[in-house]
Amino acid sequence: MKRLDISEVIFRVLAYTLLTIFALFCLYPFVYAISASLSGRAAYYTGDVVLLPVEAQFEAFKTVMLSKRFWISYANTLFMTFYGTIWALGTSILGAYALSKKRLAFQRGFNFFLVFTLWFTAGLVPQFLNYRTTQTVMTSMGIMDDKWLVVIAMGMAAFNVVLLRNAFESVPYEIEEAATVDGAKETQLLTRVYIPMSKAAIATVGLFFAISRWNGYFWARTMIRNRNEWPLQVYIRDMMEDILSQEIPSEMAYAPNSLVYAMIVCAIIPVIIIYPYIQKYFAKGVNVGGVKE
Amino acid sequence: MSNQPMVKPEALRLSDDAEKHYWRNVGYKIIKDWRLYLMLLPLLLIFLLWRYLPLYELVAAFKMNDATQTVLNRDFVGFHNFQSLLFGGDAAEFWMAFRNTFLLSFYGLLFGFPIPIILALFFSEIRSNGYRSVLQVASYLPRFVSTVVITTLCQMLLSAGSTFSEPGILSQALSAIGLISKESAEAGLLYSPQFFRAIYQVSGIWETAGYGSIVFFAAIIGISPASYEAARIDGASKMSQIRHVVLPSILSTITIMLILRVGELLTIGYEKVLLLYNNYTYSVADVVSTYVFRRAGIQVGGSPNQAVGSAADLINAVTSMLLVVGANMISRKASDTSLY
Repeated sequence: MKRLDISEVIFRVLAYTLLTIFALFCLYPFVYAISASLSGRAAYYTGDVVLLPVEAQFEAFKTVMLSKRFWISYANTLFMTFYGTIWALGTSILGAYALSKKRLAFQRGFNFFLVFTLWFTAGLVPQFLNYRTTQTVMTSMGIMDDKWLVVIAMGMAAFNVVLLRNAFESVPYEIEEAATVDGAKETQLLTRVYIPMSKAAIATVGLFFAISRWNGYFWARTMIRNRNEWPLQVYIRDMMEDILSQEIPSEMAYAPNSLVYAMIVCAIIPVIIIYPYIQKYFAKGVNVGGVKE
Repeated sequence: MSNQPMVKPEALRLSDDAEKHYWRNVGYKIIKDWRLYLMLLPLLLIFLLWRYLPLYELVAAFKMNDATQTVLNRDFVGFHNFQSLLFGGDAAEFWMAFRNTFLLSFYGLLFGFPIPIILALFFSEIRSNGYRSVLQVASYLPRFVSTVVITTLCQMLLSAGSTFSEPGILSQALSAIGLISKESAEAGLLYSPQFFRAIYQVSGIWETAGYGSIVFFAAIIGISPASYEAARIDGASKMSQIRHVVLPSILSTITIMLILRVGELLTIGYEKVLLLYNNYTYSVADVVSTYVFRRAGIQVGGSPNQAVGSAADLINAVTSMLLVVGANMISRKASDTSLY
C-alpha cells in the first residue's frame, strides 16, 4: 500500500465530496420535476414539495397522455429524428469516406470547403431567407410537408463529418490495400472494411445527429407553418406559455405547473431510457485531439 | 511568357508538358475513382445549398430593405445599413446586444471553461470505478436534455409567487439561505435584469460542465502512472503534481478546447437566450442574434428590417471568424498546437 501525502488525502476527500454534490445538483431538477408532476395542487402551492411527491395524483400525467396534440408532436419528433439522422449520417459517411482518401483529387480543397463553414456562418437572416427559398422550391415540387424541409435542409454539421473523416483516416492503409488485391470495389471497401472498423465513431456521430434532431427547436418553430407538424419541443414551449397564462379551474387536482412538469418528464423519458446504453460511446468516441484541416 | 529572356525554351516546354501531364493525371484519377466523387456529391450539395448559398443572401446587408423583392432585385444602398446600425438609429440597441453577447460568452468562458477541467481532475481521483461511473452518468445527463426543457425548468423552478402560490422551489431555497430577498423571489427571478446573467451561467454549467469534462478526463487518464510516481518520489504535493505533471500533459487538449470556445464567443446560445429572456430583461439578455431575430421580424411584426438584420449578421460573422483565426494563430505561435 502506497503511503499518501497529506495533500493527496485532502484532495481526494475534496474530490469525493464536491463531485457527489455536483452529481446531486445535476440530478435534482429532474427528480423535482417528477415529484412536482405527481403532487397535489395544494401541496404544490404551499411549497411542500421538495424532494418527493406530496398528496400524489396522476391526473396531470393523464391529461398529458390523453392530449391528441401531444402524441402528434411526439410522432413528428420521432419522424424528424429518424429520417433526419438517416439522411445526415448517410451523407456524412459517404462524404467523409471520400474526404479521407489521399487519392481524391483536390482533397485539401474539398476539406477546406467543409471546414470553412465552421469558421464563417451566415447568421439568422440569410439562413432564414435561404430556408424560405428552399421551402418555396419544395412546395413547387409538390412536397407540402415542412417536416421534410427540416429533415433535409437542417442539422448538417461539418464538425461531425470531420470526426467521421478522422475515424476513416485512422484505418490502416494496408487493410484497404489487401482488400483491393482481393478485388474489393469502392462500395465494398466502405461497407465491408471501413464501416465495420469505425463502428464506435459512427455510433457517436449518429447520436450527435439524433440528439440535435430530437432537441431542435428554433428553426422548426420558425419554418414549420402548420401546427400539426410541430415537433415536441415546439409544442412544449407553446403549451407552457399557454398553461401559465390561463387560469385552470380550481376543481383540478393539480396545479397548472404540475402539468408543465408532467410534459417535461414525458419529453425526457425516451432520452433517459436510452441514455445508459449510449453514454459509454460518448466517453470513448469523442476524439477532439485529431481535428485538423 | 515566351518573351521572358531568362527562361530557356527547352525548360519552358518541359514545364508545359509537366502541367499537361498533371491535368491529364487528375482527369485520369477522377475517372478511375468516379465512385468516390459520387459519394462526395450529396454532402457537397448539402453544404452548397444550405451553408454557402445563405452567404450570398448577406448581400441584403448592402441593399434596400424591401421584403417584397428577392435579395437579387433590391437596390444597392452601400453602407447605409451599417451606418444606421453602428452610429445611427439602431446603434443603441445594437451595441447593447453586442456588449451582452460578449459578456455572456466571456463569463461563460471564465466560469464554464475551468470547471470541466477541475471536474476531470476530481474524476481521476475517484478510485472506485463503479462510483465514478455513477457520478459521471449523473453529471452528463443534463447535456442530453433539450434547450426547451432546460429553459422551461428554469422558468418553473424560478417562477414568480402569487397570492395563492409560493414561488418556484429554487427561488424559495435561495431566499431561505439569504442569497436573494423574499421580494425578488416573489417577483420571479427571470423578470429582474440583475439575475439574468447568473441564471444563464449557472444553468449553463449545470448543462455542460459534466459532459465537457469527458475530453479532459480522457487526457488525464492517458498520463502514464510512472510520471506521478516520479513526482511523488521527489516529494511533490498534490498541487505541485497537478501543476508539473497533469497540466503540462493535457495542455494541448486545453488549448484546442479553448480555441473552439473562443471561436464560439459571439455565436453561442441564441436559442437559450430567446427562450429565457423577456421584455424586462432585454437590457442584459439581448444578444446580437436575438436582436437580429426581432429587428428582422423573422417571426413577429414590429417594423421588420431584413437589411439592418443582415448587416448585424455580417458583423457578427466576421468578428467571430477573426476570433477563431486569431485564437488559432496565437496558439500556434505560443504552443505549436493549432486546431485548423
